[in-house]
Amino acid sequence: MSADDLTPRRTGDVLHREVRAPSDESERGPGGERLQHAEAASKPIRADAPREPQPRGARVRGNRPIDQAEAAERFLAAPMHQKAHDERLWDVRRKRDVAAHGIPEWEELRELASRIKTHTLTHLDRYLEQFEAAAEANGVHVHWAEDGAAHNRIVLDILKRHGARSLVKSKSMLTEECGFRHFMAAHDIDVIETDLGERIQQLDEEEPSHVVMPAVHKTRLDVADVFARTLGTDPDNDDAHYLAESQRETTRPLILKADAGLTGCNFAIAETGTVVTCTNEGNADLSGNVPPLQIHSIGIEKLLPRVEHLGVFIRLLSRSALGSPITQYTSHFRKPRTGSEMHFVLVDNGRSERLAMEEFWTSLKCIRCGACMNTCPVYRRSGGLSYGATYSGPIGLIIDPTFDKRKYSTLPFSSTMNGSCTNVCPVKINIHEQIFAWRRVLAEEHRIPLLKQGMMKAAGAVLSRPAAYRAAIQTADSALRVLPRFAVYNPANTWGKKREMPHAPRQSFHAWYRQNRMKKETDA
Amino acid sequence: MSARDAILTRLRANRPAGDFPLPEVPTFAPLVGDDLVAGFSERLGRMGGRVERAGGPADPFAPVRPRLDRATVIASAVPEFSGNRDLATVRKPADLADVDAAVVRARFGVAETGSVLFTEGDLIVNAVAYLAQHLIVLLDPADIVVDIQAAYRRSEFGQAAYAVLHTGPSATADIEGVLIHGAQGVRSLTVLLLPRKERAA
Repeated sequence: MSADDLTPRRTGDVLHREVRAPSDESERGPGGERLQHAEAASKPIRADAPREPQPRGARVRGNRPIDQAEAAERFLAAPMHQKAHDERLWDVRRKRDVAAHGIPEWEELRELASRIKTHTLTHLDRYLEQFEAAAEANGVHVHWAEDGAAHNRIVLDILKRHGARSLVKSKSMLTEECGFRHFMAAHDIDVIETDLGERIQQLDEEEPSHVVMPAVHKTRLDVADVFARTLGTDPDNDDAHYLAESQRETTRPLILKADAGLTGCNFAIAETGTVVTCTNEGNADLSGNVPPLQIHSIGIEKLLPRVEHLGVFIRLLSRSALGSPITQYTSHFRKPRTGSEMHFVLVDNGRSERLAMEEFWTSLKCIRCGACMNTCPVYRRSGGLSYGATYSGPIGLIIDPTFDKRKYSTLPFSSTMNGSCTNVCPVKINIHEQIFAWRRVLAEEHRIPLLKQGMMKAAGAVLSRPAAYRAAIQTADSALRVLPRFAVYNPANTWGKKREMPHAPRQSFHAWYRQNRMKKETDA
Repeated sequence: MSARDAILTRLRANRPAGDFPLPEVPTFAPLVGDDLVAGFSERLGRMGGRVERAGGPADPFAPVRPRLDRATVIASAVPEFSGNRDLATVRKPADLADVDAAVVRARFGVAETGSVLFTEGDLIVNAVAYLAQHLIVLLDPADIVVDIQAAYRRSEFGQAAYAVLHTGPSATADIEGVLIHGAQGVRSLTVLLLPRKERAA
């Protein structure tokens, strides 16, 4: 990078003197090298290009099927956003590879993690009872919620009993799943997101687009716009330090006077009744340690039997997510602070039902690292909001239909089936095989559009007969060579959208083999 | 039926068939060499933290003196240093919002990741480790364990009300991947390698 690239475009009045105008925005180590932790040190994008409005996510209409392709098309039509998103996630994916290769026992860890999860999920009743007993012995109040609505009611009840009106929240995908923020808004409870990415999304009235990096689809210009509109920052200052500092300074007073704090849960330990959270910003620890009332929302699949198992999962989580050896904060909450109250809400919301789904229950192993999203070509080019669901990317394709088979019926088709997601999954979920299984289930239940059904039926007929397949390939290859562009790149051919069709070889491998090898074998 | 019983009943009824024993977790060879202090320092550095060796007996705090001199409000949770904000008399955690620097001692360090561990006993008021602008951490070099696996064999995780591994200062990269220290928690974390008094004596 040249020195010019490192010159800041503009330096506004940052709120705290110490963060004024670093020459090269990214933090540096003692030796002057770029630091490679958190989701960080990607090459900052020099956004001197003209502004491009942020493409919005999928249009959600009740439980009508989400049109992911339509939303993806709009994302692709915003080249700055699309490029930034793609490069950023690929950068994180590469960091994951470096981190994984740095551990000789990586594959053994994945296998261990997968087997520990299998065991725990198949004995979940026992471990939940053990967890509950341990937590109660620690003086924690334990609640059980059958679904998202029950979770929200339980939390509201706790808040009401304490006369609490404001709650600081640390990012939790489970509460997104429950529609927690909207519910609380309707009951006059102020919910303040404390994670920077999640706060950006809250202020912009959007859902998170990624399980680890909620605002990864936004450029700094988008963030500058949102903050200028909602926090009163300088609309022309898009310095990342200035923006982050503005959020810190405006959120902190809200944290200090909040009546309650709520955090999610990365792991829950049955043996000790502990809730473990992994964050980089320290926001879970602020939410858990500052307000007098502390609530933890726990998906029941987060259980692990013993503390020693954390060693396996903590080593895998952040390396898979962002390529860093560990998150800045790995926090273990076990007992309430003196003079405060602590509540655990154990949430099912479809998880116990999913356990009965022979082909899909292992998706409950997911530790929400986002590695499958970062590696997925469809996700990287279409943005997480295009899925119109709490969980996007490959893991979303297999989880979402378990929540609503109609609404998310099209999602399992948003995959190239390259299998990369399965290869990076730290708990070895066979993601692409489950995506395929969903396609079959949905096709059997007639939950896919007629055009796709017809195409698949034709494909099935051709693929099941080798002679027909070879004839079709021959025809397609010749057709690709001779057809005019308008015939190939038209709306009926979805594969021609946004990509060039491959150059067809003069001769297929099969034809070549027949001509050269089979003939020789007969000669010999 | 209560929600609890309904959930547990479903989990039992829907349990996938098969025998899935809990695997033994083997002990893996450490990723760091024999010099745990060097391993710890290098890895904490990569995560944005700083490591200093304690100054001479006259002023063990010499390496962090400039940081402390700039601070108006200092909260100390260690006998080796007296601050001007008494953590023992804090009424509510939010009262620590004006702390510029906090001095605390870590239970132990982890060489594999450059992490330090605190419990509620070490912090006196947990929130001080997040509300302070800067954190100065005393760590006895003899208290460094080799890796995360070894860390989780320590008793703190089963005994403490709150146990937290800090690995550098608070960080975010939520805006275009630009790494920023001082996201919500402390802006800097400096580890001062200083043996415990009782051990030194």
